[in-house]
Amino acid sequence: MDKYSLQLKIFLYFSIFLFFIFILLPFVEMFYASLRPLKHLFRSPYQFYSDDLSFWAYREMWNTVPLLGRYIFNSFFMAITVTFFTLVFVIPAAYSYARFNFPFKQGSLWVLLAVNMFSGAVLLIPLFKLLRTFDLLNTYFAMIVPGIAFCIPTSIWLLKAYFEKIPVELEEAAYVDGASRIDILTKIIAPLSTPGIVVTAIYAFIQAYAQQFLFAITFNSIREYMPIVSGLTEFIGYQSVKWNEMMAASIVGVFPVLIVFVFLQKYIVEGLTAGAVKN
Amino acid sequence: MKKTSKLVSFNSPTFLAYVLIAPAVIYLLGIVGWPLFETFRLSFTNASIAGEEYVGFENYEKLLSSSKFSKIAIRTFVWTFFSVLLKLILGMIGAVLLNASLRGRTFFRILVLPPWVVPIAIGALGWMWVYNGHFGILSGIGIRLGILDGPFSFLAYKQSAFIATMVTDVWVGTPFVTLFFLAGMQAVPKDLYEAAYCDGAGRFRRFYHITLPQITPVIISMSLISAVATFVSFDIIFIMTEGGPRGATTTLIIDTYKMALGNYKFGRGSARAVMIVLMITTFAVLYFYLLSKINKKVSHG
Repeated sequence: MDKYSLQLKIFLYFSIFLFFIFILLPFVEMFYASLRPLKHLFRSPYQFYSDDLSFWAYREMWNTVPLLGRYIFNSFFMAITVTFFTLVFVIPAAYSYARFNFPFKQGSLWVLLAVNMFSGAVLLIPLFKLLRTFDLLNTYFAMIVPGIAFCIPTSIWLLKAYFEKIPVELEEAAYVDGASRIDILTKIIAPLSTPGIVVTAIYAFIQAYAQQFLFAITFNSIREYMPIVSGLTEFIGYQSVKWNEMMAASIVGVFPVLIVFVFLQKYIVEGLTAGAVKN
Repeated sequence: MKKTSKLVSFNSPTFLAYVLIAPAVIYLLGIVGWPLFETFRLSFTNASIAGEEYVGFENYEKLLSSSKFSKIAIRTFVWTFFSVLLKLILGMIGAVLLNASLRGRTFFRILVLPPWVVPIAIGALGWMWVYNGHFGILSGIGIRLGILDGPFSFLAYKQSAFIATMVTDVWVGTPFVTLFFLAGMQAVPKDLYEAAYCDGAGRFRRFYHITLPQITPVIISMSLISAVATFVSFDIIFIMTEGGPRGATTTLIIDTYKMALGNYKFGRGSARAVMIVLMITTFAVLYFYLLSKINKKVSHG
């Protein structure tokens, strides 16, 4: 095949550079703003350079919003809980879809996709009533219960694609040799599908972390239970907005997802796209 | 003989299959199915905090006769159309760039994902800062280059706020589209390219005659998925403009939210939610119908 000429290489790298300016611009701005003293931020006209950059905002933010640590914990805790229950619902369902044929199989798979289409925002009114009926408003569950529901459909599709890759013959051979269904599930399927389950868990965690905003502002008004995305508004004070601390808190607040992402990015890129390409 | 009959029963246990999917299905029926049904029911009432009464089609009549609602609907379609179009174009450019065999491409593929990984609410906050008239970099560069006379707050004016929220939505959606286009490109058999290369086809011809047709299924499914997601995109607009200035960024979902949970008019809000569901469903059905027609034409011609 033809090699890249030098001009083409330069052109490609330059295009990649421009593409990433767009992708990373808000993060760079946030990080830069978090390093600048508040009075420099408000300097007009805009200055590209500040001479006294510091990490001061990263210390001061804990004093300005005393519950900040709690908010980050809440976000993390709720996302983990949603992930756990999503897996509990999804693993048996995905196995069943991958392994068996039964009436309404294809139909119900399409209905699952449709669930994704409606998103939380369309169903907020009855969800509000539902949570009120069960006395779950203003609790962690107000954000966890709907969170699980909207993680389930895509997770089933993801994990189903993984289970389908495990040859049926393995299970059949074990069955003929006298292994029970439980044995087969725990000793053959579970170890072989661990990477798939990991991908599904990462997806559910990221999704759960991201969708908290809508449920939090609608179903919860208690400060102690707020996730970080709605807790950030507390940097908006009566007198002034502590923008630099707000940006610092945002960056620290996304650490849990970023850590998960950085360590497991290989699985994400492979896993998310595995099912998509095949169909 | 005995073995095969044993295997048949092992491989087709309908009861077990249903038992395994039952928990997920029951949960979804409760948290998504029932609310959907309830939304339909409420849309025929004047439900509010005070109580509810059946009012027939009154909510829908009001909606369909109001010029404000049709304006909001058209605005939502325009916003969605251009946002999806830009996502697809940028996603394609991104996928081509990340597919090139250059040093560092593994790193670039990871670097493209943060807008998708980070909660939308926080990404929106970063963009608010970018768009800020006094302290934002866009306005700063504009002034420095002499394009702007003075500080320009992108979110404060109707047209610029409309475009600014759209650009942020494009930013949120682009990584996902890029990733799937890239995966599609990598699944194209390499020998196709080699054969075309031997026949003397240049890069652009190979892209146009091999890559594009091969990844068409991915393009088709991504268009639908991102159109639906964009149509009900909530966080970005709600955080950046709350639908303002003067309604310039009020889309159907924002309007629904404000009516239902801002004013506690559950009935009228539900009618709006039902309209959204109907529009999405109609769109999806039309999309598939047109696709099958095009497919037929192509295969006959």
